[in-house]
Amino acid sequence: MSVPDSLSMPLAIECEDITKHYPHFILRDVKLSFEQGSVMGLVGPNGAGKSTILRIVMGLIKPDSGSIKVLGYSMPNEQIAAKRNIGFVAEDMRLYESETIEFHINFIKSIFNSWDDQYAKKLLHRFDLKKEQKIKGMSHGQRIKAILLLALARRPNLLVFDEPTTGLDPVVRKEVLNEMMNSLEDETHSILFSSHNTLDVEQISDYITFIYDGRIIESRNKEDFMDGWRRLRLTNMNNVSLPNLSNIKEIQQSGRLCTVTLNNYENSIPEHFTNAGLQINNIERLSLEEIFLGNVAHAKGAEKEAIV
Amino acid sequence: MPSSTVYTVYMKYEFVFSQTDMRPMYQQIMEQITQRIAVGDWLPGSALPSIRELAIDTNVSVITVKRAYLELEREGVIATQQGKGSWVSESLDLDALQREELIQHLQQAGKLAKSLAVTEAELLQIIKKFL
Repeated sequence: MSVPDSLSMPLAIECEDITKHYPHFILRDVKLSFEQGSVMGLVGPNGAGKSTILRIVMGLIKPDSGSIKVLGYSMPNEQIAAKRNIGFVAEDMRLYESETIEFHINFIKSIFNSWDDQYAKKLLHRFDLKKEQKIKGMSHGQRIKAILLLALARRPNLLVFDEPTTGLDPVVRKEVLNEMMNSLEDETHSILFSSHNTLDVEQISDYITFIYDGRIIESRNKEDFMDGWRRLRLTNMNNVSLPNLSNIKEIQQSGRLCTVTLNNYENSIPEHFTNAGLQINNIERLSLEEIFLGNVAHAKGAEKEAIV
Repeated sequence: MPSSTVYTVYMKYEFVFSQTDMRPMYQQIMEQITQRIAVGDWLPGSALPSIRELAIDTNVSVITVKRAYLELEREGVIATQQGKGSWVSESLDLDALQREELIQHLQQAGKLAKSLAVTEAELLQIIKKFL
């Protein structure tokens, strides 16, 4: 069953055919869009282009070609207006080491009139931070929480987070996910984030975009994305050949036992295998992590074949 | 327009999900809701949390909760009306719902028995012990 998307909502982000050339890396024909009120998670291995896409969305990098609209604003031309409503958090952000959290709060507050003092107070409490605390001497987790607080308490309509949970212990990770979900108070608040933690992406994303080697491999709503993948465990008693289906992404065979991973799964697929004389022992769903690893292995395999 | 009221702690639904439960999350949500109705905590006609509210409360994506609600609606367990939200179906047959739950448990038991190579006769013997 597919879940109808709420097409009535305006788009939070709309990227059309973005291309960006670097000496050792090319981002190609990136199309990315999702409506307001939802969460888009980007997954992909290191160096796939996730951070580049987020920086292009933020207007920090100008693409060679293509168009970007964020909350209806054209980027990078209208980035000043757009950024009033966007909270951006990236791994390489720095705070003033010798200053306190309170200093940073007052600094951000003086720039953004949307600052919510009460919410900032709650976040300090929930994140176990003290406003008198100096940045120097804070742990990695505390720094990330401080940076997130500074973005969240502005109550922007769009949060753009690059690897928000990387390097956090499970308790802090849960707190961060909690606050990300809390920020979705109504249909006008959206999140775009990247993560290596497939569990996080699987849990809170409405849409998943899979990136590999500068290209978008798949981008669709999470329920359809997860529903599309299946693993069939088969017994091949008579050593027959497997049906030739384009859905098959991976085959692992050892003796009479055979495991087949498929995408774009349909209920009619098992029949193809039973008709071919194979016995189906089990049909399993895949976790996002398994889909991720399968996708990368498949892409790498295709690369190798192309080289040979 | 910051609305601070949203952040005052609203009713918690205390849904507990299992990381070792291999079923998709939307099915786990369906089960949690169905159980609350089956034990009589959520009565026929009573309002369900909004999809967004439950998503925020349980840290599960809106689209997943939406899917759980759609499936429950299709099964006749809940009713939804645009703009009015969702509620437990008035015409809900609690007996049938509990029976359905029993069948699901037995189905799980059957699968597990098969994977453990427990024979049909053995399984029936075990079940008899509990009757």
